[in-house]
Amino acid sequence: MSDEILFDLKAVSKRFTRGKESISIFENLDLKIKKGTFVSIMGPSGSGKTTLLNMLGGVDRPSSGEISFSGSPIQSLNENALAKWRADHVGFIFQFYNLMPMLNAEKNVELPLLLKSLSKSQRKKNVNAALQLVGLSDRARHLPKELSGGQQQRVAIARAIVSDPDLLLCDEPTGDLDRTTATEILEILQLLNKEFGKTIVMVTHDPVAAGFANVSLHLDKGEFIDKSAQEEDAA
Amino acid sequence: MNTFYLVRKNLTRNKLRLCLNAFAILIAFLLFGVLGSMKNAFEAGVELSADDRLVVVNRINFTQPLPLAYANKIKAVEGVSEVTWANWFGGYHQEPRNQVMTFAVDPESYFKVYPELSAGEESFNRWLKDRQGILVGERMANAKGWKVGDRVPLSSNIFSQRNGSNTWEFNVSGIFKADTAQTDTNYTVIHYKYFIETQSYGGEWIGWLPVKTDDPALNEEVSRSIDKLFENSAAETETSTESQFNKAFLEQLGNIGLIIMSVVMAAFFTILLIVGNSMAHTVSERTGEIAVLKTLGFKSNTVFSMVLGESLLLAALGGLLGLGLAAFLISGMSQVPELQSMLPNLVMSSNVYVQGLVLVLALGTITGILPAWRAMKLNTIDALSRG
Repeated sequence: MSDEILFDLKAVSKRFTRGKESISIFENLDLKIKKGTFVSIMGPSGSGKTTLLNMLGGVDRPSSGEISFSGSPIQSLNENALAKWRADHVGFIFQFYNLMPMLNAEKNVELPLLLKSLSKSQRKKNVNAALQLVGLSDRARHLPKELSGGQQQRVAIARAIVSDPDLLLCDEPTGDLDRTTATEILEILQLLNKEFGKTIVMVTHDPVAAGFANVSLHLDKGEFIDKSAQEEDAA
Repeated sequence: MNTFYLVRKNLTRNKLRLCLNAFAILIAFLLFGVLGSMKNAFEAGVELSADDRLVVVNRINFTQPLPLAYANKIKAVEGVSEVTWANWFGGYHQEPRNQVMTFAVDPESYFKVYPELSAGEESFNRWLKDRQGILVGERMANAKGWKVGDRVPLSSNIFSQRNGSNTWEFNVSGIFKADTAQTDTNYTVIHYKYFIETQSYGGEWIGWLPVKTDDPALNEEVSRSIDKLFENSAAETETSTESQFNKAFLEQLGNIGLIIMSVVMAAFFTILLIVGNSMAHTVSERTGEIAVLKTLGFKSNTVFSMVLGESLLLAALGGLLGLGLAAFLISGMSQVPELQSMLPNLVMSSNVYVQGLVLVLALGTITGILPAWRAMKLNTIDALSRG
């Protein structure tokens, strides 16, 4: 973990309008995430965990406030610039894997590389390395439906890391897996954090999963509970 | 892998849907290719008409004869460069159902007025020397299997010989060809002089006079001069451009083009609804995947191109197969004798191919644009939360 701040959220608010009613998810939320941290965000359903994750990933925008990534604000980027920023810096891991069903494992992993100017051989090299890291080299030609849930999540992790992003955003990555498989997945994430210096932000309901992180945040009704503990952790 | 690979994989993921959609498009393009070619064949006479050619017929109607003497008088009209004449023979080979369209023509002038037709010098000279000679159009020769030197009996269902027989014996002197595939060569020409000398009705009457003018700009003036020349005579004339004459002839059959195109358009409209609905369904099934692509960093316009590309690829697959099958069918149909006599110019022209390709693009675009737009504008958050 370095002292460099990767994410800096200042007075971030998020509101939705439903009919004439305005619903606030966060009000003036502040958060700093250091580069190389493994952060878990826990909290009850509807607490705003996924919304926060989406805003960190540039998929959603705050209603007000500023989100800086390595010192540059991202909330003001236009849609195309934000898409490029995501392709360059962020890897996503979803609860239900979200693999393309018509593509085999290696093609699924190759998908983010279509957005990069890489030669075919370089792409192949990156894909092989990512699959090897998650221990799925022997399943490269299998379709998602031919893989178990744990194997599909490993493919999703390989897809997330294949373009070597700085940040991995994981939305309930073990929510659909049994304990043994979940532990294997969390160990891979921990490896990526410790050995490869990836900053990981993981949303989870599972305290055991949260235990793999080195910073745990608890979100409830749009606020971090026990913020002092959070700041202590982050420091 | 590239984005085209993704488009192709998306298109082929549901094989049954792909087959049904492609088959529906194939049928529409098959109809377009076949009916469009038939329409062109009906209208070929109008489209291939020479600009500088006029047709002089009896003012009462074109089945009424004109005196042969008119030919020389018309040749003297200012602006006329060449005149020929022809008479309907109404031939058939052995049985009345084996129609052989035959004209009795003036051999010296006929091919001067129709320079797009040529039998070659040797065959032409052979025909000039043989009163019983016949020049057979290439398509007719191919259909009947006739070759130079064959002795061919042709009967007329209108005329008879002075000896009472309605069958004439002819020698195939040569085969004449046209400079374009759509020009009619499904007929034969015989010597007018031989025909008139041997037929029982007698008299030097002709059916019509094709006239070549010095310049298409003179057509109107020349037409007026010719008709004025025979005003108040026993056989008044009506002169029109070849194009007008052919069009008027076609209009007697009804608006074939409109009927054919109505059928084709109805088929396309139906296909448009079927494929458009299917594409919309396909995209709504894949909202989660589209949201993932956008989350990974695929730009909205790339997603738009991918969905539109899928629709275009589907249209191209069905459309090109349909056009190919139509070309195959038209090629077969053009060899059927019954159809040859009805549609002598039946070919699938480059015009039909070009129109077909434009329709492929239009169908692909129209059926894909709305789903592509929806995919482009898809709210990633909503789609991801729906799973």
